[in-house]
Amino acid sequence: MLTKLHSKSKLQLFLALLAGILFGFFLQKGGVSNYNIILGQLLLTDFTVIKIILTAIVVGMIGIYGMKSLGLVELHPKSGSFGKSVVGGLIFGLGFATLGYCPGTISAAVGQGNLDALIGGIIGIIIGAAIFAQWYPKLNKKFLHLGDFGDIRFPGLLKVNAWIVIIPLSVIIIGFLYWLESAGY
Amino acid sequence: MDWLFMTKWSPYAVGIAIGIMSWLTFYLSNKPIGCSTAFARTSGMIEKLFIGRKVDEKEYFKKFPAKIDWEWMFVFGIIIGSFISAQLSGSFEAVMVPQLWANTFGSSAIPRLLVALIGGILMGIGSRWAGGCTSGHGISGTLQLTVSSWISVIFFFIGGIIMAQIIFNVIG
Repeated sequence: MLTKLHSKSKLQLFLALLAGILFGFFLQKGGVSNYNIILGQLLLTDFTVIKIILTAIVVGMIGIYGMKSLGLVELHPKSGSFGKSVVGGLIFGLGFATLGYCPGTISAAVGQGNLDALIGGIIGIIIGAAIFAQWYPKLNKKFLHLGDFGDIRFPGLLKVNAWIVIIPLSVIIIGFLYWLESAGY
Repeated sequence: MDWLFMTKWSPYAVGIAIGIMSWLTFYLSNKPIGCSTAFARTSGMIEKLFIGRKVDEKEYFKKFPAKIDWEWMFVFGIIIGSFISAQLSGSFEAVMVPQLWANTFGSSAIPRLLVALIGGILMGIGSRWAGGCTSGHGISGTLQLTVSSWISVIFFFIGGIIMAQIIFNVIG
């Protein structure tokens, strides 16, 4: 682990900017900075979004778990619960289709000139986040921990070595992508 | 170097590039990529202009301090990266109403802006409620095989697919 590099906070902000520039470049080249492509995915007529996400998962997963076995990285799994992941996920989904962008792709949409993203969407997300911050103390006490399952990962849940999950999952994803292509999507 | 100037890459090339980029952020920064906390921090920074230090005492901003951090710079970088990509391919264009929306609801700006604002509010609430977005859960969380992220992203798409049907096939 590069712990010394990780602790250089100014340099890290610069690395974050560089990584963001790359990510924005890739999102724009992938076309997922476009409302039409994202809504096409949600209307199940264009599968660009899911192709990008699933490919990134396979490549990212193999690399990150490989580096983890070499002791080069540590994982950062997020905790979840029924109240948090299912209900929050559904609210996100309603917003996803209504807005037509997500927090990452909307930033890319702004960069390529989409004014509905800049004037409507970005302001909306900031207002929404402010509303959630206002609600947070009550929600956290009464709702966000309902059906809590913590930050468990599938290998731990199934009590198997991570590669017993990674290899079949990669095969399934690649098979699904192959099927999508051959079905003409 | 033609690929730098292309309008569109294969989604698989983009997926591979994003996957490799995630190796780098884990290795060099000990960070998974994510975008939605940047918006929460920005809301806190704006609130600070009105109520000052009281923002820092709010329970949520104790957890996510209202200041510029790694993820905030990452999101700022996305805008720049997309701008560069769009400039190189000549696809930069100021567009108020997206084509698909205009085909169904017309090209008037106000309805689209209002709906984008409402959608943004739902997305702001939902992403912080679920504790992540399509990047933080959808890419970083899923690739770590995190259970909460797989559940979240499945419900992102369930909610999104239902709402898209309502907007375009029930209302539209």
